[in-house]
Amino acid sequence: MITLQNITKTFKVSKRQAGFANAFKALFSREYELIHALHNVSFTVNDGEMVGYIGPNGAGKSTTIKIMCGILTPDDGDCSINGRTPWRQRIAHVRDIGVVFGQRSQLWWDVPVIDSFELIRDIYKTPQTVYSKNLKELTEILELGEILKTPARSLSLGQRMRCEIVASLLHNPKILFLDEPTIGLDAVSKIAVRQFIKQLNVERKTTVILTTHDMQDIEALTERIILIGRGQVLLDGSLAELKSRANTDGDNAEEAVAALYKELKI
Amino acid sequence: MKPFAALFRIRFTNSLQYRAAALAGLVTQFGWGLMTILGFAAFYRENPTGFPMTFQQTVAYIWMQQAFMALLFIWFWENSIFESIESGGVAYDLVRPMDVYGRWFTTISANRIARTVLRAVPLLVIALILPVAFRLVLPSSFITVVLFIISLILSLSVVVAFSMLIYISTFYTMNSKGIRIVVGIAADFLMGSYIPIPFFPDTLRTMIEFSPFGAMKNTPLLIFSGYLTGADLVQSMLLQIFWLLFMLLAGRFFMSRALKRVVVQGG
Repeated sequence: MITLQNITKTFKVSKRQAGFANAFKALFSREYELIHALHNVSFTVNDGEMVGYIGPNGAGKSTTIKIMCGILTPDDGDCSINGRTPWRQRIAHVRDIGVVFGQRSQLWWDVPVIDSFELIRDIYKTPQTVYSKNLKELTEILELGEILKTPARSLSLGQRMRCEIVASLLHNPKILFLDEPTIGLDAVSKIAVRQFIKQLNVERKTTVILTTHDMQDIEALTERIILIGRGQVLLDGSLAELKSRANTDGDNAEEAVAALYKELKI
Repeated sequence: MKPFAALFRIRFTNSLQYRAAALAGLVTQFGWGLMTILGFAAFYRENPTGFPMTFQQTVAYIWMQQAFMALLFIWFWENSIFESIESGGVAYDLVRPMDVYGRWFTTISANRIARTVLRAVPLLVIALILPVAFRLVLPSSFITVVLFIISLILSLSVVVAFSMLIYISTFYTMNSKGIRIVVGIAADFLMGSYIPIPFFPDTLRTMIEFSPFGAMKNTPLLIFSGYLTGADLVQSMLLQIFWLLFMLLAGRFFMSRALKRVVVQGG
C-alpha cells in the first residue's frame, strides 16, 4: 500500500535576464526563484491497483515518482510504501520496486543487453531460478529473443524500451513505477508495451503507477486517474469522471484532458 | 560482496574493449617517458651526484609512473559519473539496493585497472629491453616487490577516495569541469608527476610528504626504485593508510549529505 500525505517539495532555481550585462551581474549576485513543485499532495494506492498519474509538463509528476522511489527527499509531508519511508529506508525500499524512467537508460551502452540483466540479477541478489524464469517469460512476451545479445547502443528505441521494462521486472518487484514508458514509441511497440503492462497487473497483481502524456495509454490501461497540476492533486477518479468534468462534446480523451487543463488553468 | 564483484566485472570488460584508445595511450606514455628520461639524463651528465636519487632510480620511477598512469593520476576521470549527475541519469543509481559510494568506488577502480592492464604490460616489456642506460631495472629483493604491490593498491585507493570528493561536489556545482582541471593539474604537480618529490626543496618536500598527495603515487614508485627503505618506508605506508581512512570517511560524510539534498536534473 502506498500513502502520501501532504507531500511538499520546493526547488531553488537560479534565474537571470537575457544578455551579457546580466550574465556579468550574475557572477556576483544571483537571483533565485522558489519553484513549488509539489504542494500538499496526498493520495492512497492499494495493492494491485493500476493508476494513471497525469498532468501537463512541469506539473510535478516526475518529482512525485522520484519521491516515491526514495531518490528525492520532500521538504514536508509523509510517505509510506509497504510500511517504509522511501527516502529514509532507501535500500530496503528499492528492493521491492521496479522503475522505468522513459527518458533515461539503465542498460550499459557498450555491452550486450544480457550482461546488463545479469548485473541487475547480482545487484538484487535474485536467485538464479527466479531470474531464469522471469527472463524466459518476459523475453517471450515482449519478443526479445536474439536482441539480448546486441549492445544497447545498437537497439531501436522500441526494442530498448522493452528491454528497460524487462530490466525493471527481473527481481519480482511488488510495485512498478513507469515514468513515460511509451514516449517516442511507434504504434506497434506502444501496443506491445500496453498489453504487457496490463497482463503484468492482472497476472502478477503488481501495483502499477504510470505517468504519461498519451491518453490512449490511460484509456487502454487504467481505471483510476490522478490529475496533478501546479503541484496539487486536482482530480482523483475514473476516466469517465474526468470526461464529465471537462464539458466537451465528444468522447475523445485527449480533447477532454486538454479542455480540463485549460479550464483549471494549469 | 557479489553485487560489487558483478559491477567490477561489467565495468572492467566494458573498458577492455577500447583497444585504439589503449594503443594511442601506450604510444603517448612511452614517448613522454622517454623524453622525460632524456631531460633528466642531461642534468645527471652535468652533475651525476648532485641529485637526491640515482639516475637508475629516477629512470625506474619514470617508467613505472608511465606504466601505471591510468591507476595513479587523478585526471583519469570516470566521465560517466559526471554525465549521470549532470543529466539526471543518476536516478537509476539511486533506485538500486546498493550503497552509491561503494558503487562508484567500484566502477572507478574497475575502469582504472582495466585501462592499466592494457597499457602497463606492453610498456613495461619495452622498458625492460631498452639500451642499458634507459632500461627499467627491477628491484633486487622479493620483499620490495611485495611492498610495492601493497603500496600500489593503497595508492589507487587513496586516489579513488580523493577523486570521489570531486565527483560528489558535482551534486552541488552541477558542472565540475573547472574543478576537474584545477585539481588535476595541481595534484599532478604535488604528487610528483613532473619532478619526483625527493627533488623538491626541503620544506615543501616535507609538507607534501605528510599531505594526501605524498600518499598517492610517490610511495609505491619510490619503494620500487629502491629510494624508500627502512623506517621511512614504514612511515610512508602508514601515512597512506591514514589518508585512505580519512578520505573514505570524508567522502561518505559528504555523499550522505549530498544525497539528502540531491536534485535530479531533467523531467
